[in-house]
Amino acid sequence: MITVTTTSSSTRAKRGGEGKPLLSIRDFKVEYRTGSGATVQAVRGVDLDLFPGESVALVGESGCGKTTLGLGLLRLLPRLGHASGQVTFNRGDGTEIDILGLDGRDLRQFRWRDAAMVFQGAMNAFNPVLKIRAHMHDTMRAHTKFTKQEIEDRAGELLRLVRLEPSRVMDSYPHELSGGMRQRVLIAMSLLLEPEVLILDEPTTALDILTQRSVVDVLHEVRERLGFSMIFISHDLSLAAELADRVATMYAGRIIETGGVRDMFYRPRHPYTLGLIKAVPPIVGDLPDMESIPGGPPSLAALPPGCTFNPRCKYATEECKEEDPPLLPITDEPGDAHEAACIHWKDVHLQREVPSDLGNAS
Amino acid sequence: MSALEKSPETAGRAPLMTLGGVSQVFHTKAGPIRAVDNINLSVNPGEVLCLVGESGSGKTTAARMAAGLARPSSGEVAFEGTDIWALKRDDFTNFRRSVQYVHQDPYASLNPTRTIQQTITAPLLKHGVVKSKKAAAERAVELLTKVDLTPAENYLSKYPHQLSGGQRQRVAVARALTLDPKLIIADESTSMLDVSIRISVLAMLGRLRDDLGVGFLFITHDLAIAKYFGWHGKTAVMYLGRIVEFGPTPKIINAPTHPYTRALIDAIPEPDPDLTKTKGRESLRSLEIPSLAHLPSGCTFHPRCPLFEDGLCDGAVPELVTIRSGQSAACHVVARDGVAALDDEARSDEPRA
Repeated sequence: MITVTTTSSSTRAKRGGEGKPLLSIRDFKVEYRTGSGATVQAVRGVDLDLFPGESVALVGESGCGKTTLGLGLLRLLPRLGHASGQVTFNRGDGTEIDILGLDGRDLRQFRWRDAAMVFQGAMNAFNPVLKIRAHMHDTMRAHTKFTKQEIEDRAGELLRLVRLEPSRVMDSYPHELSGGMRQRVLIAMSLLLEPEVLILDEPTTALDILTQRSVVDVLHEVRERLGFSMIFISHDLSLAAELADRVATMYAGRIIETGGVRDMFYRPRHPYTLGLIKAVPPIVGDLPDMESIPGGPPSLAALPPGCTFNPRCKYATEECKEEDPPLLPITDEPGDAHEAACIHWKDVHLQREVPSDLGNAS
Repeated sequence: MSALEKSPETAGRAPLMTLGGVSQVFHTKAGPIRAVDNINLSVNPGEVLCLVGESGSGKTTAARMAAGLARPSSGEVAFEGTDIWALKRDDFTNFRRSVQYVHQDPYASLNPTRTIQQTITAPLLKHGVVKSKKAAAERAVELLTKVDLTPAENYLSKYPHQLSGGQRQRVAVARALTLDPKLIIADESTSMLDVSIRISVLAMLGRLRDDLGVGFLFITHDLAIAKYFGWHGKTAVMYLGRIVEFGPTPKIINAPTHPYTRALIDAIPEPDPDLTKTKGRESLRSLEIPSLAHLPSGCTFHPRCPLFEDGLCDGAVPELVTIRSGQSAACHVVARDGVAALDDEARSDEPRA
């Protein structure tokens, strides 16, 4: 019999004291070959640290490299993709592994055991002709020497953790489950081997509001019980506000702003983050003043010179066209780890109206 | 009792489109499925009516009936006061011109082998709105400018695959505008777009509504979008084929009365970390949406409803009744106890006995 909660929380607690990042990403790049010697850089030098127990949200429009970054971290890129840079995973016992150098057996061990991924579109992540039980057993048999009964117990335990009834779900085929149930099964499955890092790619996209809420609540709950760290990829800023401790905004393959969730939402300092926040209508309060970001993200094959955001930016000056600004710490408030890649960050302010009359319609 | 009778404004102006007691029943192997069950709705000229609900609630089926794409099993779909299924052939063609549909997926709704010019001029030439191809091209430029695709000349010779999602959706809107429609049915028209683009497409649609006086039947699962686009209009919340709450959009969003609407609004995360973490949330009794083939007895929301009362809710089907001025809901408990009781009981942490 395995008790998930006790084992994991104790190892996590030990690790937390070291103060070292769990996952350290330095100058991470991903190139896709696009035929006859041409390449496109989808991720162009990302630095990111994931600390134990932390939840980091990657936000941005489609085509800014969020998913490529997530796939690259688990070495799941398609054949035409090539990752370079330095990604170090710090196992609890002090060993550090270089993820980009992993091969064969070691790579298989790293996946699921150290880090697991929950994919977007829960239907495609399952084998449609296998029951959920077979998915669970296959995964466990490939990675552990558990007996059938142990696997059964472990799977049941995790399914109950995501508020599913094991007796009903285990014998179902993926198509027999609703979208929200499939997504929760996928979360349960990704936790089978107690990974320390979970990467979630748009975990609630394409789900109905109430179903989305149940998945978010389940994520809150399991994270509290199991204490894993997560990187979740989302275009939905509201979700980031709810689930993240730290937010990183990506644009054209780079992180252009990162900081604590409150810093990012109340004091964004990059015009792009500001624009994204202003484009999301809140549900409470009166009719908000919304603003959209003009244009669309640039083609990765033909990036504009200088700051890649300058053609869409209302703060842009001639200076912005000269150099792509590096991600630098912002020092206006001491103690926060807020960084932005914008030379005009001092001019960027969010005017947020506090919704005052909750529940009073005009 | 109908949502239509409840809205005071409808009395003065003649509604553009009315759905009166409309139902749609699909006959399947699993038995009859009531996708839409006896709904009453109306849209006035220049007004926005938002239809919100989860997938499977019957929003799109209702919209297809409003557009004349599906014939209701019972009830009447009237355009400018006349039943559309009683129209003569020519009048029906006129109706088709007056009501245009903008689909959800701009990747699928545009013909990939036609240029933007061909896409937009096809209805103009087909319906004989313009005399020559040259006039059609001029009109196309005008329409593209109206949907903010400028300079329009750059877009005329492009194919859909050369455009981004937002641009394609604008082309779809421009095509809908070719025949000067009086009503646009927008079925999740912005749900596939990036957040940054969504607002600008909605702003563009808002201008059409205000400048051209086009009525909108706006279908969305996203209440925040319904709020933004339909603030000055009305909102109907659908659940399993029935309208469960109807009223002016600000009331529906800020002071919902039906437990289902309240659950929907509570469930939405806010783009504000402090607010979203402190927002009060009731939990539903069940996460599963019942199948339309086996609807629960009485109020179809009762197996999930936090206000469920044994004997009351699983008995009769609740009628849509006025809860307060302009706002109606189909809920036995709210109808009996009124809004005050609901606010006290539902928002407290104590579960109901």
